[in-house]
Order: sequence, then C-alpha cells, then structure tokens
Amino acid sequence: MGLRIEHVTKTFGAHRAVDGVSFAVEPGQLYGYLGANGAGKTTTFRMILGLLQPTEGTITWNGRPIDDRARKEIGYLPEERGLYPKMTVEDQLIYFAQLRGMTKRGAKQSLAQWLERFDIESYRKKKVEELSKGNQQKVQVLSAVLHEPELLILDEPFSGLDPVNVELLKEAVRDIQKRGAAIVFSSHRMDHAEELCDRLSILTKGKQVVEGTLESIQRADPRRRIRLHTDVPVERLETIEGIERIERVPEGAIFHTMDESLGQMLLREAMKEGTVTHFEVERASLEQIFIEKVGESHA
Amino acid sequence: MREFWLILKQAFWTKAKSTAFLVTTGLLIAGIFLLVNVPIILDRVSSVTGSDAREVVAVIADDATFAALSERSNASEEEPFEWVHVPKDEAGDAKARLLEEEWDAYVTIDERDGVLHAAYATTKMADAMKPRVVEEALQSIQTERTADRLQLKDDEVGALLAPVVFETKNVSPSAKSEEELLQSSVLVYVLMFVIYFAVIMYSSMIATEVATEKSSRVMEIIISSASPVKHMFAKVFGIGLLGIVQLLLIEGAGYIAITKNKQLEQYTELVDFSAVNGWTIAYAFIFFLLGYFLYATLAALLGSLVSRTEDVQQMIMPMTLLIIIAFFISVFGMNNPEHAIVVWTSYIPFFAPLVMFLRVGLLDLPMWQPLLSIGIMIATIVVLGVFGARIYRGGVLMYGPSRTLKDLKNAFRLGKE
Repeated sequence: MGLRIEHVTKTFGAHRAVDGVSFAVEPGQLYGYLGANGAGKTTTFRMILGLLQPTEGTITWNGRPIDDRARKEIGYLPEERGLYPKMTVEDQLIYFAQLRGMTKRGAKQSLAQWLERFDIESYRKKKVEELSKGNQQKVQVLSAVLHEPELLILDEPFSGLDPVNVELLKEAVRDIQKRGAAIVFSSHRMDHAEELCDRLSILTKGKQVVEGTLESIQRADPRRRIRLHTDVPVERLETIEGIERIERVPEGAIFHTMDESLGQMLLREAMKEGTVTHFEVERASLEQIFIEKVGESHA
Repeated sequence: MREFWLILKQAFWTKAKSTAFLVTTGLLIAGIFLLVNVPIILDRVSSVTGSDAREVVAVIADDATFAALSERSNASEEEPFEWVHVPKDEAGDAKARLLEEEWDAYVTIDERDGVLHAAYATTKMADAMKPRVVEEALQSIQTERTADRLQLKDDEVGALLAPVVFETKNVSPSAKSEEELLQSSVLVYVLMFVIYFAVIMYSSMIATEVATEKSSRVMEIIISSASPVKHMFAKVFGIGLLGIVQLLLIEGAGYIAITKNKQLEQYTELVDFSAVNGWTIAYAFIFFLLGYFLYATLAALLGSLVSRTEDVQQMIMPMTLLIIIAFFISVFGMNNPEHAIVVWTSYIPFFAPLVMFLRVGLLDLPMWQPLLSIGIMIATIVVLGVFGARIYRGGVLMYGPSRTLKDLKNAFRLGKE
C-alpha cells in the first residue's frame, strides 16, 4: 500500500528528465526526495499528481493508478508558490479545499484550527498580497494540508521561512505523519532531510544515485572521519597506511580514510605513545554524500 | 462536475466583486444616462451660462421687403435670433459694423428685374441655419410677388408648387420594407457594436485570467485537483456569465434611460422597443454567445501559452485582428448587405458572429442561412474546444519565453501525454 513509483522514466524529446526512478512511501512514512536544481524532482511530482504521464514505468497509490478520486487525497505544495494575490486568505483556502472535495463547513473548521496553529488568525480576511513573504508561505502550506491529505507532496517546503517558522512547520509535518499520511518532500537542505526522513533518494540528472534509509546510506558510504584528541605529535601517526588526509585541530587531528578498521589501529598507536582524551569515528554526513554523488555526475 | 461549478463560481465572483468590474460597469451605466440626456444637459448648461442671448441679424432692405420678411419669420417664436431693420442709407459700412460685433450677421436684399438678390455676411464658421431661414422666407416672398404680377389665383399657385409623389420599393425577396429597414439598421448597428466590444473585452479578460493564474503558479494547485480541461471550460463559462450579467445591467440601464426620457419620444420611432423584431434581439443574443465562446476558447488557449501577463496582449494580437476584420466587413455590409464578400464571410466562423448577424438583422434571409452559419460556428467551437483543451493541458505546464508557433507544437505534444 501507499505510494509506489516503479521504474519511472520521463523523456521530453531527447532529454531524459527522470530516468528509471523507483521508490515507495508507506503511510506514516516521511520520504526525502533530494537533488540539485533540475534533477527531475518537480517532474516526478507532476507525474505523481497526474499532470504528466510517465514515458515508462508505473505510479500507484494504494495499489491503483492515480485517478481523479485518488488526486483528492493528495496535498501538494508546489515549489513555485502560487496564490491569488487579490483573494483573501480565507476565501482562497476554502476554495482550494473545496476543489479537493471538502465541504465548505468542513473547510472552515479545519481552517480555523490551522490558522491558529500557524499563528496567522489575524490575516484571515486579508488579501494575500498584503501579507509578508513568510506568511504567504504559511498560507501556501495550509492550502496543501487543509483537506487532511493521505499523501502529502512538499516541494521545498522550508524555503523562505525563518527558523521559528521552520520549527513550526516541522512540527506540523510530524503531526501529519503521525496521523498516518505518507509524505514526500524535496529539499536542498540536507540537515532538514537528516532530521525528518525515514527514507530518502538522491537524484541527479534524472537518475537515482542513492536510495534507502539514512542509516543504510551512511553505512554504505566508506568515508570515515576519525577524530583523535591526543598529546601525541600527529607526525608519528601520519605514516599509517590508508590515511588519505589529515586535518589538524588544536586538540589533535581528524584523519580522513575509507577504511573503518583504521580507527582501532590509530587509537592503539596513539595510546602506545601518550594519552588520548577524545576518540570518535564519524560517518559521512548526508551533505557530504550529496555533494560527492551530485558533484560526481556534474563533473 | 462539482469542481466545474466551483471554478466557475470563483471565476465569476472574484471578477464581479473586483473594483475594476464595478467601476467599469458603473461608468458605462452613467455614460448611457449622460448620453441619453445630452439635450437636456445642454439646455441647462446654456441657461446657466446665459449664452442664449438672441443673435441679431441686420436686414438691409426696403421697408416692404423687411415687413414681409419679419412677418414670415415672426410666425415662429422659436427663432433663436431677431431681425433688425436697417434702411439702406443708414447702413454705412455694414462690414465694419459686423466686425465690431454690433450684429451677428447681416443680409443685404435688392430687387432687380422681379428677382430678389440677397447677400448674407457672417463672421461665424458654422452658420448654416440663419441663411437658410432667410433664403426660404425670401423664396416665398418672391413666389408671392411673382404670382401677384402674373395675377395667378391661390389654387393656381398651389398647383404650380405641388410636389411630385415619389416612392421607392425594393422587390428583392430578402429585402425588408423601408420602415423595417430603418428600425432594424439602428438596432443592428448598436448590437453590432455591443457584440464587437463584448467579444474583444471578455476574450482578452479570459486570456489575461489564464495567464495570471499561470504566472502566479496557482495553476499548479488547481490542475492538480481538477483536470485542465474542466478548468478551461469552467473559466470560459464563468467569464461568459459575467459578460451576460454586465450586458444585461447595461442594457437594462439603457432601456430605462431611453424610455424614461420625455425629450427622446420624438426619436423613439427609431428605437421603438415594442415594434422591434423579436428575432433580431434573439439573433443578437445567439451570435453574441457563439462569438464569445468561439473567441474565448481561442483566448484561453493562447493565454495558456504565455508565462507572463505582459505577453498576453502580444499573444492574442492575431485574434484581436480577426475580430477587427470581422467588424470592418460588417460596417461595410451595413450599406451593402448583399455584397458577395459579406455573404461569403458570413459563413466563415471567426467573422460569422458579426457578419451573419448583420445580414440576418438587415435582410429577410431564408431560415437555413443563419442556421448553417450557426452550425458551422458550433462545429468550430467544438473542434477548437477539443484542440484547445489539449494545448491547454500542455501549455499550463510550460514556462519560459513565448514563441507562439513552437509553443503551440510543444504544448500540443505535451498535452497528448
């Protein structure tokens, strides 16, 4: 059940915008769909929404292709924000919710709750063009979640929000997830993805270069940073085979390597010579993995 | 169907409640009342500014001629000027006195060989009425004097002056009677303008509306919950409804303004509402609707191709030209409704709303002709709708600079998928 994307390809003429992408999002799961600009994220989202048909592959929601009825269960936050500047916040949110099958009364109730939650009750009767950018962004988010979607697609949800509102939105997203909705979101911000995602993909030029849980992705990356705080002169440890680069810090050094077992060896060597006050083996951060994978294909 | 009504309602109400719409409608209604009451207003204005001081025309003539002249023109109290008799020997330099604005005009009258010779001098540019009055009066004086000299009796004079009885008749089967033609040509003329302006205005409104939604990216949200085709037709119908409401308001105001105006009663034969052929009104409505749908569908399609509202006017330019050509053909057709160009273009879909309406309004056409034209238009609207929906689907997702033809092709391909 949930959302299944299977071997989906989309070509525009000779250009392969999305190339053989597969992933699944279960209800209650948060899926990160990461990629550089122009990687094919928005095209994938448009295919999920049925605005574009895949050239190859299938997309299903709860086992069925996405039709008009299934579309009502989707909430969509487009990357390029779109609201009617001349309509009031209330009028347009109710209009969007009604378009997605809510009754007027239901939409009003839901609206009242969400406005309170996002702390923008006072803007209810204001025209959107009179709102600040951040508040417009909140209204845009509301347009995606007001009808309590089962599948929520958020294209760059955090861009344009200040840190306080980012927290507010993260909180809301987690609540929607807890309620059992499947959520897909794209972002350039790896820290947000690390914090929120259950699973994720990294996309570059339409191809998935990484797919899996954060844990498995990090484990699969051989790069390690070994942080060693010690009084032993770093030069003594330089000669150990397998060390690619040494980064000096005041308390000691960080050793970059592809070999995880090197950590134990370094520790032993250091302890032979002197005292070790801190020892840590760090995996590559998502940001590093992203830069490496995306940079590779850009080169 | 639910989304269709929601979008229709939204398109209608956001426009209907907008300041621009309210102001435009208000101004148009005010304009109609103003126009209809122009004579009354002019009267008021001149009575306030006091420009109704009677003009003075000096008559330089002998006593008998002046007496005859003033007798004839005094009959009507309405004369906006008065005669002042100036005997010949007192006239002095008449031209100088005229230039000094002692008089507004002067006329010198002599009689030579039984014929009156008059010379009228004025300083005003547009002074056609006074010399005509003088001329008519002098003509009648001369006729009377000649009759006296020839010792003719009154009935002999009457027989001499009796006008011929002249009547024109058009026996072509499609022609209307003179009276009908006069009535319907005024109505057709007015309605033709209404259709022309309405089609231009509302179809460009649609194109702008679609382009605005596209450029503000609201489109992505809407077409992810309702199909683009539904969206397009709901928009077209919503704005169409708005157009009908606006036209009804304006026409209602026009009706009230004309029928409540006492001064216009003398002209109302020309726009006699009760005597107007109901068919003309019905055809006006039908051709307005068809013309609107034809051009609105085209406009929605074109609007979906641009990404910025600034490009809309440029994009719909060719379409606007079509309407203008149709309008020129029908203006030409006002005087030549049976000309071959008019007949042929009345079956070409983009010209038909105006041209066929003109023909139907002015001529007694066999029923099949307007029906054929209506049929052709409906077929075109359907084709355009199907074709347009497909381009629209693709068009609303395309962003970037607009290059009409290439975009059309791309959108068509994208819409197919």
